[in-house]
Amino acid sequence: MAEAAGGPQPEDCPGSSSAQAGRAAACQGCPNQGLCAAGAAPDPAELSELRSRLRAVKHTVLVLSGKGGVGKSTFSALLAHGLAADEAKQVALLDIDICGPSIPKMMGLEGEQVHQSGSGWSPVYVEENLGVMSVGFLLSSPDDAVIWRGPKKNGLIKQFLRDVDWGEVDYLIVDTPPGTSDEHLSVVQYLSTTHVDGAVIITTPQEVALQDVRKEINFCHKVKLPIIGVVENMSGFICPKCKKESQIFPPTTGGAEKMCQNLNVSLLGKVPLDPQIGKCCDKGQSFLSEAPESPATSSYRNIIQRIQEYCDQHHLPEEKII
Amino acid sequence: ERTNLAGVRHILLVLSGKGGVGKSTISTQLALALRHSGRRVGIMDVDLCGPSIPRMFRVQDSDVHQCDSGWVPVYVDQDKSISLMSIGFLLEKPDDAVVWRGPKKNALIKQFVADVAWGDLDFLIVDTPPGTSDEHISTVEALRPHKLLGAILVTTPQAVSVGDVRRELTFCKKTGLRVLGIVENMSGFVCPHCSECTNIFSKGGGEELAKHAGVPFLGCVPLDAQLSQSLEEGRDFIQDFPKSPAFPALARIAQQILDGTSQQS
Repeated sequence: MAEAAGGPQPEDCPGSSSAQAGRAAACQGCPNQGLCAAGAAPDPAELSELRSRLRAVKHTVLVLSGKGGVGKSTFSALLAHGLAADEAKQVALLDIDICGPSIPKMMGLEGEQVHQSGSGWSPVYVEENLGVMSVGFLLSSPDDAVIWRGPKKNGLIKQFLRDVDWGEVDYLIVDTPPGTSDEHLSVVQYLSTTHVDGAVIITTPQEVALQDVRKEINFCHKVKLPIIGVVENMSGFICPKCKKESQIFPPTTGGAEKMCQNLNVSLLGKVPLDPQIGKCCDKGQSFLSEAPESPATSSYRNIIQRIQEYCDQHHLPEEKII
Repeated sequence: ERTNLAGVRHILLVLSGKGGVGKSTISTQLALALRHSGRRVGIMDVDLCGPSIPRMFRVQDSDVHQCDSGWVPVYVDQDKSISLMSIGFLLEKPDDAVVWRGPKKNALIKQFVADVAWGDLDFLIVDTPPGTSDEHISTVEALRPHKLLGAILVTTPQAVSVGDVRRELTFCKKTGLRVLGIVENMSGFVCPHCSECTNIFSKGGGEELAKHAGVPFLGCVPLDAQLSQSLEEGRDFIQDFPKSPAFPALARIAQQILDGTSQQS
């Protein structure tokens, strides 16, 4: 994964993606030591801690996109609400977008703080069966910026996974920032201790988005993360007055449909633009509850159902093999 | 020793805490508008994971060549009035993911700043990825010794975006980066069939933020299907669609930047 910058590697080089990267005896004096240590995979002791914490998580879904602003957080929030509608299910929503944490606002939890207990950090609960964690809860003002380089971001992500007392969880949804960088590598590495059902990849129809999303799909292949499917968001707009459709983000190269065909991944569904979606996100309300009649709501519900079915089909037996 | 940025009169960053608000769009349209007013413009694309700039000028298949002073930027046309540098030109295959951690990203950004032979430019626009992390810290650090005019912040109208852009304003304050102004993008959509305006992503948040933060408000740019189409095709929207809804606002942004720099000198 993290490649060395170049220059001769020591004879006993442990490999730049190994747990010992930058830390082994052979690394001393190697020009790449700093790079490798900064991006080192978690060591076995850390992984074991994570494994015990995440043991009680049945299904994990990552929400990814190469492109920003396509609706990852919006989708993550609605997926969480959709799954938590079944009161018998325990849902956890983890926001690892450290620089731009949107989830607290979207879930109506702005201003909430994280509490510590003997068993770790408590998630902030929207409903009894829907808990949320985000760096947003650790910031004291809406103007506070998290101006951190990669290693510090990785540290917080590890803490979120290791120190949050999620309890027994049926679905852990992880909302990510756009890209294929520190946050994504780290979360995949840390989650390798548990079973990840797969990734849901969000895009919008235009090529400018798809070109980044193809990279994200390649990232998933590289790190062996299964892809549950792709959601095409902002797929057309119906004017509320004349009811005619406009393609504000035009699918000039065939949209997600063509991309999915070419790359052999599932298209989970297409969701049209609806001004109510943004409004609900701003107000911290569930769009699914506020606008049950919207075509976007039925699209979202169908997609959520398909994700649930995918997870159910890939259900592991109770005893996880390490 | 003359640096590769010695011939660049003004450097400006296009930032947003939020992804997908139109940083690359505003960067390209600003470059085109400045070109149409007779300026020479460069764009440095430091979004290493999601480089959008090459396709927006239809030069995504171009290669980067070396010269005595370093890397030759990619020229958009024979005119050589717009030049570009992006990781997009350095990838073997366009779908290759750039899966790099911070240190490697920082190293390439330093190279973009030091090793690209920009020559004489009136403006160098730096397009950035969303956030306040490695790319942003490294870019500001590397550009600090040069003629850094300031930053344009782009947001969409809704509170979720504005919430992230507030943090970007803090980044600017903490790094001593002057805020040239805020652009409220995707501000309303006028139906091409019946002219009804719908505020798909709400309205007014960018203007309010500018007022609250005491920074200039550069204007509202509406959603414009012809603009999206032009970006897809790598067309010059400013030249080809002067009557389109987004044109007046984009032209006004460029004018305000020009007015700002003429006041300076």
